[in-house]
Order: sequence, then structure tokens, then C-alpha cells
Amino acid sequence: MKILVCISHVPDTTSKINFIDNNTKFDTAGVQFIIGPYDDYALARAIELKESSGATVTVINVGLAETEPTIRKALAIGADDAIRVNADPTDSFFVASQIAENGKGYDLILMGRESIDFNGGVVHSMVAEMLGIPAVSPVMKLDMEGSKVIMAREIEGGKEYVEANLPLVAGCQEPIAEWKIPNMRGIMSARTKPLKVVEPKAADGFTKGKTFELPPPKGAVQMISADRVGDLVAKLKSEAKVL
Amino acid sequence: MKTLVFVEHAEGKVKATSLEAVSYAVAMGGEVTVIGLGTLSAGALGEAGKYGAKKILHASDAKLDHPIIQVFASVLIQAMQQEGSDILVLANSSLGTPVAAKAAVRLSAGFASNVVELPDTSSGFVVKRSIYTGKAFALVEMKSEKKVIAIKKNAAPLKEVAGATAVTAFTPVLDEKDFNTKVVSTEKASTSISLPEANIVVSGGRGMKGAEHWGMLEELAATLGAATGCSKPVSDMGWRPHHEHVGQTGVKVAPQLYIAIGISGAIQHLAGVNASKCIVVINKDPDAPFFKAADYGIVGDAFDVIPKLISALKAAK
Repeated sequence: MKILVCISHVPDTTSKINFIDNNTKFDTAGVQFIIGPYDDYALARAIELKESSGATVTVINVGLAETEPTIRKALAIGADDAIRVNADPTDSFFVASQIAENGKGYDLILMGRESIDFNGGVVHSMVAEMLGIPAVSPVMKLDMEGSKVIMAREIEGGKEYVEANLPLVAGCQEPIAEWKIPNMRGIMSARTKPLKVVEPKAADGFTKGKTFELPPPKGAVQMISADRVGDLVAKLKSEAKVL
Repeated sequence: MKTLVFVEHAEGKVKATSLEAVSYAVAMGGEVTVIGLGTLSAGALGEAGKYGAKKILHASDAKLDHPIIQVFASVLIQAMQQEGSDILVLANSSLGTPVAAKAAVRLSAGFASNVVELPDTSSGFVVKRSIYTGKAFALVEMKSEKKVIAIKKNAAPLKEVAGATAVTAFTPVLDEKDFNTKVVSTEKASTSISLPEANIVVSGGRGMKGAEHWGMLEELAATLGAATGCSKPVSDMGWRPHHEHVGQTGVKVAPQLYIAIGISGAIQHLAGVNASKCIVVINKDPDAPFFKAADYGIVGDAFDVIPKLISALKAAK
């Protein structure tokens, strides 16, 4: 079985978000980049399937050379080889087009349910449409039974159990697998694993990012004594008007 | 401009977030048609008319009771073709967003999810999206003629403008090939209020000290008509089910009122609640970082404050 895992290169979840150049560009100063947390779950499940059933795992990222340390980390975690599509991703349609272009011939395409930078939550569905195969998301459990994939999908307020045949695209989330931390052997071997750089195909996504904005600053917190809980209820009613 | 709004339903009613999508489409102007899929009473679907939908379509085939992304996308496209719709609007959800994305690719339409405000059409068509899990916004121009918009909760206020509308049957062509994923079974906590839809959310963290103490928190939620949520450690430890986990990698909520009890306020948790209108934090540690993100704070022990809060709420009713 051939598995393709799509990883995003995103700011660490604790990053402070700022913009530069008249709010047209993300400020990367002091920001640490990581494998998207949801993608990291997808990768961990792919590695488990590799260990249990001898699948091969390829990772793909759409990004410029600066994403290579993130790709190498995925190789250190256990992926066999990697593809970097050499382009600054413009929107989810563009990213999906590149993945579909390079994703032919894989049995299972896994990625996170969404990236944590642009939170589109749509690349899996777009890739599936472009390749003419089914998509399931958000998948919290994924097991193989021959060529059949048995999944649990999270729905509002519960779970839905879904079956489908390969090939398939799945958008993943916890608790599909535990995040894996690369060991020293993995880190050493990642340096020499194949990382192929390919040029993007043209794909106009019909949307164009213009500017960014930060939310207005939050007002100061009003502290209320634990002996005067009634005051809180009164304020929620008359001041915040949320009761 | 003609807009099609896809509405989801649960427990025999159109979801509140879907009705917001109707209000959003109506506020955009133009002619609004609504479509509902699967088994639902005509009366329940007709409710969408109150929010200004001029026409309501119902594809009532029971085959549409289980959501399959490619089937739903195909039905919506057929409805858009029949109605000559330019724009598809729906509420962000685990179903709606992937369905919308698939439809957008097939229609060669621009697509934006997590949209938080009405579009600015003063020059072109510009939408505001929530990005970095609520920590920022992006203004995005949609250049294509056809557009697909998935809105975030509270993008438009619910507004009743008319009476219920009659429902017209819609019979799409269903391609057997599309039924290539099969829903085997569904597990659902049917009595609780849906977390992403809730107007009030009460969440508990490690400060609740164990699953056995959740009764108190549930009583508080019941008093408020609130949904219950929890922090990541709480769902990781199995005190609460995963679908209650609020945060960066869990459910993102946008209620009017969010009450956090015994949650320190890690940045990953805040990412899931920063769209809340009002945040109340109850924590015994006065240095808990969550207080900085709160509107109101109480320093105190959960087991002391919760009962007091329940009686104060009951007294104020």
C-alpha cells in the first residue's frame, strides 16, 4: 500500500501572530514553524500502518525551501521519502491542485482536517474531487481490512462509523494516533532520505488574499469576589447582556 | 444575484447555524433559495422562509439521510443549475465545509470558509475570513463569477423577516457511483445541546479533579441552558468524550457566553474560545493566564463557586 501524507508548515500553536508590510505579510520574526498538528496525527497513523502492514509513506508539502526542515522532521518520524512542490501556496485550491497532480497512484492520501494557519478545512475534499476518489473528514479512527477502510468520523455531538474502499482521501484529527517524536536514528537517517523538489503546475484558485487584520484588543478583566457570585449574574444580565 | 443556501438539520429541526446562513444570504441581497436534504418535515424546513428565503427546495430521498460528501455536493450543484444560482452559502461544519469545497472545484468557483462578515462589494467582492484559529483575519477577494461561501457562527445575526414558505420537492439525479462511502452506524449524545451551536458553553478543566465531579458542572449547564465542554487534558484523560474538547485541535466555539471553570487557559485552549462574546473565568489560581483573556473573573475553588453560581442564577430567574 502506498500512503501519501500531506503536511503543512505552520507557526507553532503558541506563536504570537503579527503582520508586516502594511498588513500584507505574516511576520515570521521569532516564530517557530512546525508540522501542522492535525497533519502530525495523520503522519503518525501512516507510520503505524507502515509498521503494521508494510506500507510505504511519502510526505508532500507545497512550500518554498524554508519548509525543508519541517519536511525533514516528517522523514525523521518515519516517512520513506518526500516531495516538495516549490511554490508559495496562495490558496487551498492551489495547494489541492499541486497535491492532486503529485498524488496519482497512491492508495491512501492522509492529511489533517485543516491547517492551523488558514483553517480552510477543505484541501482533502478538493484533492478527492480532483482525483475522482472519495473523501472522509474529520477522521478520528482509521483501520484497514484488506482494501476496505473502516473509519470513525467526528460529527457535532458524536461519532459516525464509515466504510469505504481504497483509494481514499482522509482529513485526520486526534485521537487517530499518538504524535510521534523522532528518535536519534530517525533524525540521522532523515538527512539522506530522498526529498524530491518539483515545480508547481499552474492553478488559479479564483481567490486573492489582500490584507490581514488583528482582532481589536481585549478590555481589562473585571474581578469579582467569590463571596459575591450574585454580582457576576447581575453583570452578565445588565452589563454584558448575555443572559 | 441568486443565492442557494444549503441548510443542515438535526433532531427534526433546521440547525440554528444554517438559519444564520439564510439570514446572511438575505442580507447580501438578491433572491435566496434554500435547500434541505434527507428526511425532514415540510413544516420544519419551511421555517427557513421566516428568515427571508423566497423558495425552499427539499430533496427528501432517504438515501440522503446519511451525509456523503460527493453525493451532497452533486445535489447542490444540480439545484444551483436548476435555479441559476451564482452563489452557494452554507454554515461551516464537519459536513458543510467539505461539501462546499467539493462543489467549488466542480463549479470552478472561488471558495472561502470561516467567513465572519458580509462581503464588501464596494470594489469587487471581498470577504473577511477568520485565520490562525481566530487570532487574526484575512481579507480575501473572490474573483470568479460563481462563489461558494462557508460562514462561521455569528457572521450574520438571525433575523426573522417573513412567514414560513411552502416547500417544493426537488428530485436530483443520484449517481450510484457516488455512494462509495457507507455510513455503518452513528453514536450521538441526543439529549445534550450541540457544542458548536450553543449560545452558552460551560467548560471544565483539570481543576474539576475528576470525571465524577461533572454532575455539578452539568447542573450549572442545565440551569443556563448551556452545552458542556472541556479542556484537552480532560478529554485526553477520558473524563469527557472527545467531541467536548474545546480548543485548537478540538471544537472551536463562538457562544454569547463562555464560562471556564478550573481551566488555566493555555494558548491552545484560548484559540478555541476567542470568538466568544463574553468570557467568565473561575479558577483558584489568581495567576492563571486565562484571566487575561476574560471579561469577568472569580478567584475561587470550583467546588465552592459552582453551587453558589447555580443558586444565584436560580434566584435571578
